[in-house]
Amino acid sequence: MPHEGSFMPRRRFIGAGLGVAGSLTLPGFVSRALAADHPPLGTWPAGIQGKEAFIGVAVPRTGTYAEQGEDELKGWQLAVEHINGGNDLIRQISPKTKKGVLGKQLKLVVADSAAKPNDAVQAEQRFITENHVILMTGSTSSAVAVAMNKLAQREKVLYVTGISGSNDTTGKDCVRYGFRQNFYGETAANAIGPVLLKAYGKNKKMAFMTPDYTYGHTVTKSTSEYLKEHGGWQMVTNQVSPLGATDYSSYLTNIANSGAEVLLNVNWGRDAVLSTQQAKQFGVIPKMKLVIPYQIPFLAKNIGAELSEGVYASTDFWWTLEDKYPLAKMFVEAFRKKYGYNPEWGAENAYMSFAMWADAVEHAGGFYPPDVIKSYEEGRKLQSMVGEVYFRKEDHQLVRPVIIVRGKAPKAMRNKEDFWEVTEVVPGAPLMQKPDEFGCKLGEYT
Amino acid sequence: MITWANFGSQLFNGLALGALLALIASGLTIIYGTLGVLNLAHGAMFMLGGYAGYMTYQASGSFVAAVAAGTLALGVLGIAMERVVIRYFYARPHEDQLLVTFGLAIVFVEAVRWYFSSDSKTVQAPAALQGITNMGFMFYPTYRLAVVGICAVALLALFVVLYRTRLGMIVRAGIEDSVMVDSLGINVDRVFMVVFGIGAMAAGFAGIINAPIVSLAPEVGEQILVQTFVVVVIGGVGSFPGAVLGGLIAGEIISLTSMVNPGYAYVMLFAAMTLVLMLRPRGLLGKLGRE
Repeated sequence: MPHEGSFMPRRRFIGAGLGVAGSLTLPGFVSRALAADHPPLGTWPAGIQGKEAFIGVAVPRTGTYAEQGEDELKGWQLAVEHINGGNDLIRQISPKTKKGVLGKQLKLVVADSAAKPNDAVQAEQRFITENHVILMTGSTSSAVAVAMNKLAQREKVLYVTGISGSNDTTGKDCVRYGFRQNFYGETAANAIGPVLLKAYGKNKKMAFMTPDYTYGHTVTKSTSEYLKEHGGWQMVTNQVSPLGATDYSSYLTNIANSGAEVLLNVNWGRDAVLSTQQAKQFGVIPKMKLVIPYQIPFLAKNIGAELSEGVYASTDFWWTLEDKYPLAKMFVEAFRKKYGYNPEWGAENAYMSFAMWADAVEHAGGFYPPDVIKSYEEGRKLQSMVGEVYFRKEDHQLVRPVIIVRGKAPKAMRNKEDFWEVTEVVPGAPLMQKPDEFGCKLGEYT
Repeated sequence: MITWANFGSQLFNGLALGALLALIASGLTIIYGTLGVLNLAHGAMFMLGGYAGYMTYQASGSFVAAVAAGTLALGVLGIAMERVVIRYFYARPHEDQLLVTFGLAIVFVEAVRWYFSSDSKTVQAPAALQGITNMGFMFYPTYRLAVVGICAVALLALFVVLYRTRLGMIVRAGIEDSVMVDSLGINVDRVFMVVFGIGAMAAGFAGIINAPIVSLAPEVGEQILVQTFVVVVIGGVGSFPGAVLGGLIAGEIISLTSMVNPGYAYVMLFAAMTLVLMLRPRGLLGKLGRE
């Protein structure tokens, strides 16, 4: 049978073929084997099948918070660029990062939220369906952050907040899938409270201007309670206005007639600019001392240094911290080089929250959301632009210092962006409430 | 904070708010009354007036020039809008009119956002009107005081045009019965164009007058449009005196409610509108039979 020797036996041929096919699809087999440990969850593993993975950003690009939103977006964009390129700064914060996150290159998909919860949730829902985003971010309004928290928990997709100052975000509306980097009402109040008592004394009359949603109410509550308990300050009026109000005359008329000595303006974004400018038009400032309990990026630029002079504010970050912290210097320099101005705290918060997420994923060794969450919850000490920080596992709030700044006189400014002088860096841990004090229950991992 | 001092202050503040609302609402109500078109672009035109003034102010540094430019630019734009778009919708259903004016509003807002960005722009009040005036019972921004006077003069000018000129007589006749006016041999087509132009000018004028108070942003017209509608409904659709009365009432409601609880200012405004609609659907000074 001459034919027999020249033909590979059928069984061996099939075996060899399988071997070739097997080696070609080996990575697939491995990942599927790993995946077999967990059933699919949220956008996992669909979101990490390709070389690229998407992050959904819903940020206000129109409306009252648009200017702050753009600054945040730049922070996220810079962070993604740095993570994808394995930049030095990112590796100071996330030491295991090489290029990308576990080899995946990151891409942002961005939508305008106009600081409205509905718009933000709809946009992110679309990103989950269409792009299988593995991380969501954005807010610049705590109303959005709270809504996003709920979406994250329901869809099992991680969410790191953009700017969100409400106690509720990591308080009664906290979730297992949400994490917050920045300072908030309670820490702001406890940081700026002693400064105000020292500067203005005890038993003062205070007036508040409060935007009518979770951020405004919790910041006003925390701040007024601190000043009342520790300094005997009396709240003589609290002017609550809707988000996006443009005319503050009736509120300011009340304040002008209230006999207050200190005006604490909790309004934010363009609302803060307009209400402060109008307070001056009504003569409320400088008759009353202005205080900004929760700093607004670009406020001083918009109202002018004459109005911000001498004003105390608590904040997450101010660019002159570059003189104190090496990481801040690296960040400010990189940001300034790319965008032509010094970053505000929105950009810093954005950058840090991505960098810390990258660190959590690298330490988890995979993208499976419960593993990443547990990695966050280990509470590793992380380097940041304001020194060492860590996440509190009970409420997913970063324990980080609060920065107190004071408005510089126009003639004391070294350059046109030198509006604030950092007067104190207040350590974070003592500023925080007990983890369960605001009713945080994180919810399930799966 | 209810004290007599505060009551007096808020009463006055309500007047100032109301004067501005009356001016914006009068443009809207004249257009609706004459043309039968509910112009949802009125807020956007208010905003455009502000930006046209802002550009002029940047170029010239003169507030008076800015006001003139804001007003004239919107007059021209209004006439152009009427000739190119609006007039083709007179015979079409109200839904189509709402959609086309709403669409125009979006185009205007986004065009401004594209050109000027979302950041707010400031127009300074003229130097002589900056600062604070001591009125005895309260301190009030001088410019806002001036705005009360400016609005009063502008409303008076509108009154003269509407009630003391031939054009005004035709317009008022058109509000009552445009078919009859047409059959009397009056060129209603041209009158409509002029009326839309006047309404647009009123919006543009109010937009630039308002700019130093609240500073400019692309969305500035959206909020004002809602309030303006409330004013028109309270005062009576199509009624010029109704717009003035409605504006003053709305201003006082916002201000006086704020004195008790600012959170309810707008609730009370809408409650008042609901009450008017229930008890007197044509509005306080509206006439029966008018749409």
